[in-house]
Amino acid sequence: MDYETVIGLEIHAQLLTESKIFCGCSTKFGDPPNTNICPVCTGQPGALPVLNKKAVDFAIKTALALNCRKIEGISIFARKNYFYPDLPKNYQISQYELPLAEHGYLEVTVAGTRKKISIKRVHLEEDAGKLVHKGASGIRGADHSNVDLNRTGVPLMEIVSEPDIRSPEEARIYMEELRRILVYLGVCDGNMEEGSLRCDANISLRPVGSKGLGVKTEVKNMNSFRAIQHALNSEMKRQKEVLDEGGKIVQETRLYNDETNDTVSMRSKEEAHDYRYFPEPDLVPLEIDRAWAEEIGKTIGEMPVKKRERYLKEFGLPEHDVSVILADRELAAFFEESVRLLNKPKAISNWVIGDISAHLNEKKIAISKANITPEQLVELIKLIENGTISGKLAKDVLAKVLDTGKNVNDIVSESGLTQISDEGEIVRIVKDVIKANPKPVADYRSGKQTASAFLVGQIMKATKGRANPDIVNKLLKQELAQ
Amino acid sequence: MELYKLTAHELKAKLDNGEASCVDIVNAVFEHIKNTDDKVGGFVTQTKQHALNKAKDIDKRIKAKEKLSPIAGIPIAVKDNMCTKGTVTTCSSRILENYIPPYNATVVEKIEEAGAIMIGKTNMDEFAMGSSTENSAFKVTKNPWDLETVPGGSSGGSAAVVSANETILALGSDTGGSIRQPAAFCGVVGLKPTYGRVSRYGLIAFASSLDQIGPLTKDVTDCATLLGVISGDDEKDSTSINAPVPDYRKLLVNNVKGTKIGVVKELMGKGISEGVKKAVKEAIKKLESLGASVEEVSMPTFEYGVPTYYLLATAEASSNLARYDGVKYGHRSSSRQDILTMYNETRREGFGPEVKRRIMLGTYALSAGYYDAYYLKAQKVRTLIKNDFDKAFIRFDVLISPTTPTVAFKVGEKVDDPLSMYLSDIATIPVNLAGIPAISVPCGFSDNMPIGLQIIGKAFDEATILRVAYTYEQNTEWHKSKVKLTAA
Repeated sequence: MDYETVIGLEIHAQLLTESKIFCGCSTKFGDPPNTNICPVCTGQPGALPVLNKKAVDFAIKTALALNCRKIEGISIFARKNYFYPDLPKNYQISQYELPLAEHGYLEVTVAGTRKKISIKRVHLEEDAGKLVHKGASGIRGADHSNVDLNRTGVPLMEIVSEPDIRSPEEARIYMEELRRILVYLGVCDGNMEEGSLRCDANISLRPVGSKGLGVKTEVKNMNSFRAIQHALNSEMKRQKEVLDEGGKIVQETRLYNDETNDTVSMRSKEEAHDYRYFPEPDLVPLEIDRAWAEEIGKTIGEMPVKKRERYLKEFGLPEHDVSVILADRELAAFFEESVRLLNKPKAISNWVIGDISAHLNEKKIAISKANITPEQLVELIKLIENGTISGKLAKDVLAKVLDTGKNVNDIVSESGLTQISDEGEIVRIVKDVIKANPKPVADYRSGKQTASAFLVGQIMKATKGRANPDIVNKLLKQELAQ
Repeated sequence: MELYKLTAHELKAKLDNGEASCVDIVNAVFEHIKNTDDKVGGFVTQTKQHALNKAKDIDKRIKAKEKLSPIAGIPIAVKDNMCTKGTVTTCSSRILENYIPPYNATVVEKIEEAGAIMIGKTNMDEFAMGSSTENSAFKVTKNPWDLETVPGGSSGGSAAVVSANETILALGSDTGGSIRQPAAFCGVVGLKPTYGRVSRYGLIAFASSLDQIGPLTKDVTDCATLLGVISGDDEKDSTSINAPVPDYRKLLVNNVKGTKIGVVKELMGKGISEGVKKAVKEAIKKLESLGASVEEVSMPTFEYGVPTYYLLATAEASSNLARYDGVKYGHRSSSRQDILTMYNETRREGFGPEVKRRIMLGTYALSAGYYDAYYLKAQKVRTLIKNDFDKAFIRFDVLISPTTPTVAFKVGEKVDDPLSMYLSDIATIPVNLAGIPAISVPCGFSDNMPIGLQIIGKAFDEATILRVAYTYEQNTEWHKSKVKLTAA
């Protein structure tokens, strides 16, 4: 039988706030164990949570970017009760009924077609700590386990999609697009390997044409885009085999193994926890009014999807250029400001995704930390356009700008790098070169056209590359013809 | 003059005019504790060294003519569910027997700042679950009026030590009557403030949406003074409320002319002992004779208070007490071959029977399939009870009832009958569910045991219940009756 795959994703994103969601402790990653802790995040008797406003700002920002229709109004925090040693209170403060935001969507492009994936809800919760097991890989069989509570209370944002995804590839693309948005908004660093962005999936199959939903399984432990696609492919195949053999899918949680590219059963529905959610009595309901949402809305600006459209249509940039520029919010802002100053999008894009990006990658810095401003880039391009310097020279000038932070005009005039376009001066040099290189000249004249390249090289060498190449070519041809 | 027998305002006068020093007061109090607490058993921890050091410091500051708060230099006992940095805080539970908090509760910071002298931590029902202080894992506190009866609970230790003059002031906490009921049983003044009036930060939670810290004192004046010190918004407690704190002491005037009093009909009938009823009726007559207008008011939802409370409070408690697992602090069982065994054994060994009973009740009430029928339904009834109060407060300034249906019962009398124990909070519980303030003041005796008069007020209107209580106190002699401790 032919089946249709139905997938919904549940994403957890660590928010880039300075302090934890319910106390003032630092969220810094990689500090010595149990150094960023306090009575609140270690669950001391009597300690109480206080909500971090910044975390709410970030969630509102994300909800707006995901086109959520319900943001304004009341949302409430709830306790999710379960025992585990990395959870000091043995309940997680999360949201259950009345999440922060609901009813959004995310647009993705699958096989050249635009598609909306509905977002069910966006809510806030606290992260758990970290266990380091000694003597075994898990808590079972371990000799002992060490508890590090530095991560406890780091804000997490959960984004749950509707079961609108129809293939493992689509799941990966949705995740990629979502990551792009989160990084673009500056609310999450998007690092899947380190776990600051995590993904669980619900997947089921149904006969093509059927409207109902099949029995689903939940797949966990997918730590990369690749893993998402592979894990869901593997689970999809497994379910198909079970169904084809007349079997039934068991509702359960399955763990993906990256090495075997396989999922294994972790716990059945019967073993699933009863989390006994109830409203968190230590926190008051969170009320987001229009003014708050609007204030956050102002900080978002144009979303990547809209920008992409505009870059393609208005600027006529190729897909590749657009993707590179939009991957980095600051770079996009830099690009746009440059275009505002000088309406040459393609020329600017070439520099931005070429030499400038290479420099940023090499130095591992953001554009804001680099020694270049849109004004300086535009100045450089103008110098090329008006023939003051050659494109090749411009690369050296840009390198110096990036190294020293000096301005373009100073570097050009200091180093005498201005292009020589004066025909009289170039003719003199051409003549000198012809005189000094009788053999290539003879070769050229006997029909070996390639010999001219050598002569051009000699001319450029004599001018330290400053001669205008068009004029050199023209004049050399003239002189050799005589 | 025996200093330990005085009130805070009387001692303050002596400190101001140089008749006594703080060190004198502290020594007198500890001398009396030494002679008395073996019988009463109110303290679980005494902090004598801390108290003497602080007393010396306050004496210096008095000498230097510093302007000090009205409770500077006054001994205070703190219920052992409020975190005291560096001083063991047990909640009278084995599971926290050796727990030393790394921080101070906000109220502890406030009394320290005001210069009050903490002399020790008082016994209580384990995790504040109980109405007799018999549920303490460490000892049974006795009622100083009759050492064979209970002091009430859960703040039984605080009420008993105030009553026995082992302290001048005390702090208790009230979730369903845990300040007012022991105050009534021990013949002292106890006030539960409006929910949100006093910070809960550092109060070891029993039921977060009901818990509130309040004063236990020898008279209404001290009660008003101490309430003023501990009240106020706290950025560390999201449920504390930013409302101005009046000068309660200044608002204490001997006047109830025109005050509209509603007498809760449901709490003057069946289930209330004759002795209690008689005393409360006389108290009402007294207030009427002083110019108050009195009318009966029916609160039809009151009878649902106890069941509602035992669903909500236990539900919250089951979650609040989950953190005691042997991982981070407190008792850890020596049986720990795996994590589940460690959890189970730690909690089996660490919690007493009443705590276990309530954790099970609460877990059940929150379980999948039962949540709507129990927890959610109880929340709705809670709203109805609150509505009843709102309606009544359109007509009345305060409501009056007995604090408890009976006077203090005998030690052991109700330990095997939890339901009858739970019913001793029938008059106090609705007040917690509505989040409003109430005070209990002594209003007579029955079988030689004290009776409490409960005066209930509108949210954040502690000033009015204090004024009514003060007026009643100034025109009666009950608060002057003192415990005569005889050898048990």
